[in-house]
Amino acid sequence: MTTRVVIDPVTRIEGHAKISIFLDEAGEVSDALFHVTEFRGFEKFCEGRPLGEMAGITARVCGICPVSHLLASAKAGDDIFAVQVPPAAEKLRRLMNLGQITQSHALSFFHLSAPDLLLGYDSDPAQRNVFGLIAQQPELARRGIRLRQFGQEVIELLGGRKIHPAWAVPGGVREPLTPENRERIRSRLPEAFETVEIALDFIRDYIRTHREEVEHFGNFPTLFAGLVSKDGGKWEHHDGWLRVVDSEGNVLVDQFDPRRYYEIVGEAVESWSYLKSPYYKPLGYPEGAYRVGPLARLNICESIGTPKADAELERFRSYGNARGIVTSSFMYHYARLIEILAALEHMQRLLDDPDILSPRVRAQGSINRLEGVGVSEAPRGTLYHHYQVDENGLIKKVNLIIATGQNNIAMNRTVKQIAKHWIHGAREAKIPEGLLNRVEAGIRAFDPCLSCSTHAFGQMPLQVTLFAADGRVLDVRSR
Amino acid sequence: MARTLTINGQMVSARDEDTILRAAQDAGIHIPVLCHLDGLSDVGACRFCLVEVAGSNRLLPACTTRIQEGMVVQTDTEQLRNYRRHLIELLFAERNHVCAVCVANGNCEMQSLAIQLGMTHSRYDYMFPSLGVDLSHERFGLDHNRCIMCTRCVRACDEIEGAHTLDVFGRGAKARIVTDLGMPWGESPTCTSCGKCVMACPTGALFKQGSTVAEMTRDRSKLNFLKTAREERKWIV
Repeated sequence: MTTRVVIDPVTRIEGHAKISIFLDEAGEVSDALFHVTEFRGFEKFCEGRPLGEMAGITARVCGICPVSHLLASAKAGDDIFAVQVPPAAEKLRRLMNLGQITQSHALSFFHLSAPDLLLGYDSDPAQRNVFGLIAQQPELARRGIRLRQFGQEVIELLGGRKIHPAWAVPGGVREPLTPENRERIRSRLPEAFETVEIALDFIRDYIRTHREEVEHFGNFPTLFAGLVSKDGGKWEHHDGWLRVVDSEGNVLVDQFDPRRYYEIVGEAVESWSYLKSPYYKPLGYPEGAYRVGPLARLNICESIGTPKADAELERFRSYGNARGIVTSSFMYHYARLIEILAALEHMQRLLDDPDILSPRVRAQGSINRLEGVGVSEAPRGTLYHHYQVDENGLIKKVNLIIATGQNNIAMNRTVKQIAKHWIHGAREAKIPEGLLNRVEAGIRAFDPCLSCSTHAFGQMPLQVTLFAADGRVLDVRSR
Repeated sequence: MARTLTINGQMVSARDEDTILRAAQDAGIHIPVLCHLDGLSDVGACRFCLVEVAGSNRLLPACTTRIQEGMVVQTDTEQLRNYRRHLIELLFAERNHVCAVCVANGNCEMQSLAIQLGMTHSRYDYMFPSLGVDLSHERFGLDHNRCIMCTRCVRACDEIEGAHTLDVFGRGAKARIVTDLGMPWGESPTCTSCGKCVMACPTGALFKQGSTVAEMTRDRSKLNFLKTAREERKWIV
């Protein structure tokens, strides 16, 4: 007899998903699947819309990382216009993306994952959330919320609003940065640095004392993919070459124009999830599994290019193998904090750049190519927007490859690895809630953005149902 | 010749040739409108300006009804507010209006009217018609999804520019704005590319090419400026 355990919905992630754990007759885990249960349809309903509107429409894919879609879409538009974006616009887009990386990573770490890390996986589920965190660690929670708010403010000061600013457009951006707003951003940097340093101290300590989680939260070899800068393969978040590295540190793809992504990225579809599973074509599916996002970006770059983040990168690599490649998905948390540090340092540099206040921010263009690809590094990984238009600029075809999708294979392996490690001999007996929470936390380490909006209102209770092979419900619990 | 009438209990003096709408506007009384635009003739298409007139057993459009001596008009009754709510909800349900990603967001008369009328949702099922966008013109675009058939563009093209490129094709819910005899706008031999239709449009249906979300601002008073300049030789800015 086999038994199926369902975690539905998975909480403290962005979107809707559930997890099924299949138990064999001995109560051991035989398989585990991560299902994404929502369907959006953006690729279809964008057909027939004018190119100029795409940045605004696709930003709505996500309420957490609208900026990523905005930038990838605007870049696809630049490609179709065949224009060069003014230097100030390029730098302003970078500044906004850094604000977005800061706010999104802060959200993931402080609001969504810190309750597990600080309060414990086995703590009372009713308290194991951001409010429980505020009750127990008010200063840290306050700092985390303020750090996220700072990232959001950078976006607002540039684009006029925190969420869904339609500011980046094909050819550049709509509004330049004012000197007052530059000073406002600058004035908040010191506090942001302090907060991320506190969080880094915490996570290093945590990694030292929680070896079991680090070893078993999605720790396996995969490829790592992402953008690196065109000058020397440094950490990159907006415009660069695509690089693919394996777990041994061998570079499989380098200096590859990401606009030709389709030559190396395939997309597999599984019947049990609405989320596609992209893979590295030369190795096939699922052997070509690769991870993207903070962990991948730190694994593939030569350096970050700023002093504090580079010092931290060196520490990070000391946790990796002989070639400095870190394979545990738990380390996404650490990588995320290092990226906040990098984002703050890069912001500081951009704010000191005299170009940043230039009023020349938008190149005018028209339809000069019938196909364009825009690629940017979203907080969760490399994001591709690929459009085909007719001669008037109406969209004929859209392909979006979202960062989270590219981690799909790895997330499934993570769920299985955690379930196998922690769940044993579970037949008719109840599985402790804390163990199931570890399975969820494995998914949270990837910070998946599934629907792309937080559910600020209402509650998403975790429902766990234990099924026998004959369909009998053995146990139902919810919180 | 001046006449006197009562609007919402207020005594109002107006010229003989004035409409109820004009008399109300001059007296500072607000009547919602959508197909009316200063400088263009009135057609009474949108029905938002319907008012109650004592002695009439039906509602009358304020924009096309001439005033009469001693007329007693109500512009803001419970019945009228209710009808107007239904009208705006029907407009939203008829085509594909998505304010959040519309070029006219924040500068749309239909959106403003919906807010003014307190619309929070539509009680009618959305029809989701499959409609196209004409981007064949070098400078402008026409998105039928956002068109409410107010025909302001048709009148601006005919009455102010004199080109009469735009007109209405079909009837009822199947009515569409067409350029010339239904050819792509970019191939129109009559269009002068003056942009008056774009200026007149109350929604995001007509827009400048390349406009992104909320970027389509327009100065609709320009049409009245042209008309006054042409007919009265007064250039009032």
